[in-house]
Amino acid sequence: MTKVTFVDADGNKTTLDARDGDNLMQAAIADGIDGIVGECCGAMMCATCHVYVEEPHLTTLPQRSEGEEEMLECTASERRKNSRLSCQIKIGPDIDGIVVHLPEEQ
Amino acid sequence: MKMIEGHVAIEPPHGVPVWDVDPYDPEILADPDAYYAELRSKGPFVYIPRYSILACGRHQETQEVFSDWERFVSSRGVGLQDFKLETPWRPPSIILEVDPPAHSRTRKVMARVLSPKAANALREQFRAAADKLIDELLERGSFEAIAELAEVYPTDVFPQAMGLKKVNRRYLIDYGAMVFNALGPDNDLRRKAMAMGPQIVPWITEQCKRENLEQEGFGAEIYAAADAGEINEGEAGMLVRSLLSAGVDTTVTGIGSALWCLATNPQEYEKLKDNPKLLRPAFEEVLRFTSPVHSFCRTTDRDTQVSGVDIAAGTKILCVLGAANSDETRWPHAEKFDVDRRPTGHLAMGSGIHGCVGQNLARAEVGAVLAAIVQKVGKIELTAPARWRPNNAIHALDSMPLSFTPH
Ligand code: HEM
Ligand code: FES
Repeated sequence: MTKVTFVDADGNKTTLDARDGDNLMQAAIADGIDGIVGECCGAMMCATCHVYVEEPHLTTLPQRSEGEEEMLECTASERRKNSRLSCQIKIGPDIDGIVVHLPEEQ
Repeated sequence: MKMIEGHVAIEPPHGVPVWDVDPYDPEILADPDAYYAELRSKGPFVYIPRYSILACGRHQETQEVFSDWERFVSSRGVGLQDFKLETPWRPPSIILEVDPPAHSRTRKVMARVLSPKAANALREQFRAAADKLIDELLERGSFEAIAELAEVYPTDVFPQAMGLKKVNRRYLIDYGAMVFNALGPDNDLRRKAMAMGPQIVPWITEQCKRENLEQEGFGAEIYAAADAGEINEGEAGMLVRSLLSAGVDTTVTGIGSALWCLATNPQEYEKLKDNPKLLRPAFEEVLRFTSPVHSFCRTTDRDTQVSGVDIAAGTKILCVLGAANSDETRWPHAEKFDVDRRPTGHLAMGSGIHGCVGQNLARAEVGAVLAAIVQKVGKIELTAPARWRPNNAIHALDSMPLSFTPH
């Protein structure tokens, strides 16, 4: 289990123990976090799992793939330097304690 | 080597129940719920002797087989026929019926052409077309919802979005149905579909050519990828063909099934009218609840194991998406159409690298129709029972007499 924290657009925090091997989008859906839609369920087609990742994890996450780069051009809320697709973030010890902010809109 | 339906006959794996069912029986295809439930109840896999295949219908295994492209390949065909052993009826799709690395190259082009941005750019146009159609139908009051709505809308907006210079509604719908029926066994449905080939296939092939596509549209963008050297000219034509195969009949089905869900669940329709924000998840629930693509195959390319079951290389596995989408263990009260559900994780659009590349477009089309309906229509009622149209891979309505009452 890995601790992950979602902060919604109003600043409300939810911390949960996520199952290793899942991805962050799945963990959010399983826990009923509003603000992550995950419409394509990780097929990297929808950009409705957009999150803003806080440091230090932003730097230590594996780089975005080309597909993720292109999909981040399609987000409903603005793309920022720390934008990622949560369906591409694998849960495991290396992201323990990660904090991500949810955008206004997906 | 004994062949059956175009693939190698296998022995039932140890411990797997043998079930002498015909998943392609027209009665099951028309009304599959009891078959779905029995399939799930028998175990993670069953062996179906008449086709010598395995079938799975529990969410977990279906998801695993359907999305693990390394062990369960698509390049040997997503129907019963094994393309490694037999020549398919048409040249295989260069996106649906290939594996990485070939898949990654074509998928990249298509994902860009059909991105959420591209679908968003069409929203107003889609909405205007939906408003016009729904106004006309409201005026009439009662109508045939498949022939006069579900089939009309996509064949109106999709050819335009593609940039097709010529439109033949019937051919566009029937080509899709044909491609999907071809995935099944050599049954009546497949034979009838194949018999339509000589008439329809040359027309479709012609429309895929650069000169038959407008300067703007998805077609032109695919050819632009050829100009940029990402794919070649022939591949561009093949990708246009993929959109014509998979882009019409599926959306027709999605619209028909959405109307059916709303007409038969009036209390859920009331919720949508009160809160149009639910429209988006409601369409996901329609997809989960009706599974327009009811089953597709994969082929194991090595000996492997799933949930403790040994599966031999060359085995065809029927992934019954409709059964996975109604699995109680994944979806509490699965038998209930519930617009408040968050059905993320349904397999109606596939999963993983082959996950529907046209899903943004499908959502934009169906979303526009539903938004127009919610705004204008107070009541949706069936005026006679709906009838389903059996197809070897698609679960679609054949006819549905409906009435619309204004707010
Ligand atoms: C409600 C409508 C739709 C449904 C239910 C649907 C369903 C599916 C499913 C289940 C798959 C996965 C196949 C597999 O993994 O073997 C798929 C793939 C695909 N779909 Fe859709 N689809 C729909 C609409 C569309 C539209 C509108 C288009 C085109 C504009 C389209 C084009 C494709 C293509 C090209 C693929 C192959 C993708 C790949 O292999 O990478 N679909 N679709
Ligand atoms: S869930 Fe669709 S892109 Fe992440």
